[in-house]
Amino acid sequence: MENFIQQLINGLSLGSIYALIALGYTMVYGIIKLINFAHGEIYMVGAFIGYATIHTFQLGLIPSLIISMGFCALLGALIERVAYKPLRKATRVAALITAIGVSFLLQNVMIYIVGPQVRAFPQVIENKVYSVGNIQINQTQITIFLTTIILMVALQFIVKQTKMGKAMRAVSTDADAARLMGINVDNVISFTFILGSSLAGAAGVLVGMYYNSIDPLMGVAPGLKAFIAAVLGGIGIIPGALVGGFAIGIIETLISGYGSSLIKDAVVYLILIIILIVKPTGLLGKNKKEKV
Amino acid sequence: MLEVKKLTVHYGIIQATKEVSFQVKEGEIVSLIGANGAGKSTILKAISGLHRATSGEILYQGKPIQNESTKKIVQLGISQVPEGRHVFGGMTVLENLEMGAFLRKDKTEIQKDLKMVFDRFPILEERKKQDTATLSGGEQQMVALGRALMSRPKLLLLDEPSMGLAPIFIKEIFAIIKMINAQGTTVLLIEQNAKVALEIAQQGYVLETGRVVQSGTGKELLASDDVQKAYLGG
Repeated sequence: MENFIQQLINGLSLGSIYALIALGYTMVYGIIKLINFAHGEIYMVGAFIGYATIHTFQLGLIPSLIISMGFCALLGALIERVAYKPLRKATRVAALITAIGVSFLLQNVMIYIVGPQVRAFPQVIENKVYSVGNIQINQTQITIFLTTIILMVALQFIVKQTKMGKAMRAVSTDADAARLMGINVDNVISFTFILGSSLAGAAGVLVGMYYNSIDPLMGVAPGLKAFIAAVLGGIGIIPGALVGGFAIGIIETLISGYGSSLIKDAVVYLILIIILIVKPTGLLGKNKKEKV
Repeated sequence: MLEVKKLTVHYGIIQATKEVSFQVKEGEIVSLIGANGAGKSTILKAISGLHRATSGEILYQGKPIQNESTKKIVQLGISQVPEGRHVFGGMTVLENLEMGAFLRKDKTEIQKDLKMVFDRFPILEERKKQDTATLSGGEQQMVALGRALMSRPKLLLLDEPSMGLAPIFIKEIFAIIKMINAQGTTVLLIEQNAKVALEIAQQGYVLETGRVVQSGTGKELLASDDVQKAYLGG
């Protein structure tokens, strides 16, 4: 039982990182029906920005998070304008392949700039360990979890209450009807990339704290897992990304805790296969019926 | 107020309309009638800037608008209720109406207009917190109409407002359209349901396979043998 609770706590902090990345996948998909495979690389860049601010500029956690989020937001908006916007009227597969191309581009540009080697992520907060009985929880886990919760509340506010957030939801349900309201759909798309990429930037810093190491290819596996989390919850549905993110994080730590960490990735991919066969719309997805 | 001159629109290689010309005078209700596929919706999409014309001109208050963005066209005072309503499912009735006022900044005036919409459609006030997707077809049509009114249009474009509605709702919606017009909004109406559309129209045009084949006042068209045969089963 104690082991179970311990793994649950570990899973929550890993899951919150997956959830932050999954939100970016799901929001972009909701708006332009594109699986943005470069999203994992945005998160990798976020980790390196965090490394630079903490290690090189000796900044604290909060300024590092803000700088990383801001940089990634700009990067995401830039990628959208340069790579995806010209393909707005092209087939979806063309945009998808472009996204994979952007992903490779970012990986290799980063290898060129910072080198391929793995770096140790600097320690940014004192890692106190609290124990309740035999259950341990450390400061890093608490910080990751709290940061995620704050960002999610902020996101929820933006999407539900602000004009731009409402416009986002309008565009994601019906882009042409949104145009008829006078909404500039291109701006809403940019805004969506900005939101999603800034969350990825935060996730990058948090993951650096979690694993203590970063490298230019670190975006691939967590990126894929966050994508699976988005699909598991129901792609295009914001609460789905949260549910999926936490579920994948907890499943992964439980398997490492009880079974073997060698098969944890295989199980996550197996979940993707099962969900695509059994309920492709995801846990929170509804089977849409067209009303005529 | 609106003058469409020799408008030709293509969808890919298919020509949807062929040199269509008609005009809408300020204060009128003008109906374009015609069967499915006659090119009616295409004309409205071209006016709103959702689909670009191949050739021809669309003049609004004397100025060409065929190359303007949809945003600009909405700002100029043209609002469209699209075919099939296209309400924002997953958003509440209130949020849908707020979206109609997206470009406006005059908050107190928006509140007034919101009240005006609720006075006109009391059922929407009761359901303002409800997800629009859960409403009936008639209620969704009211949301779509109310949403279009929230931009304070000078010219209202209506695409098949009777589609999929029970006869009792059709009557109600058309009574409301008449009332909106009486209060100063010019209306361009597109309908397959020729009878109701011509009854409230000052001016009507009949479209067939992308061309205007007949025009006249609403009454003239209702009485015409060709229209009777083709659209009214007479």
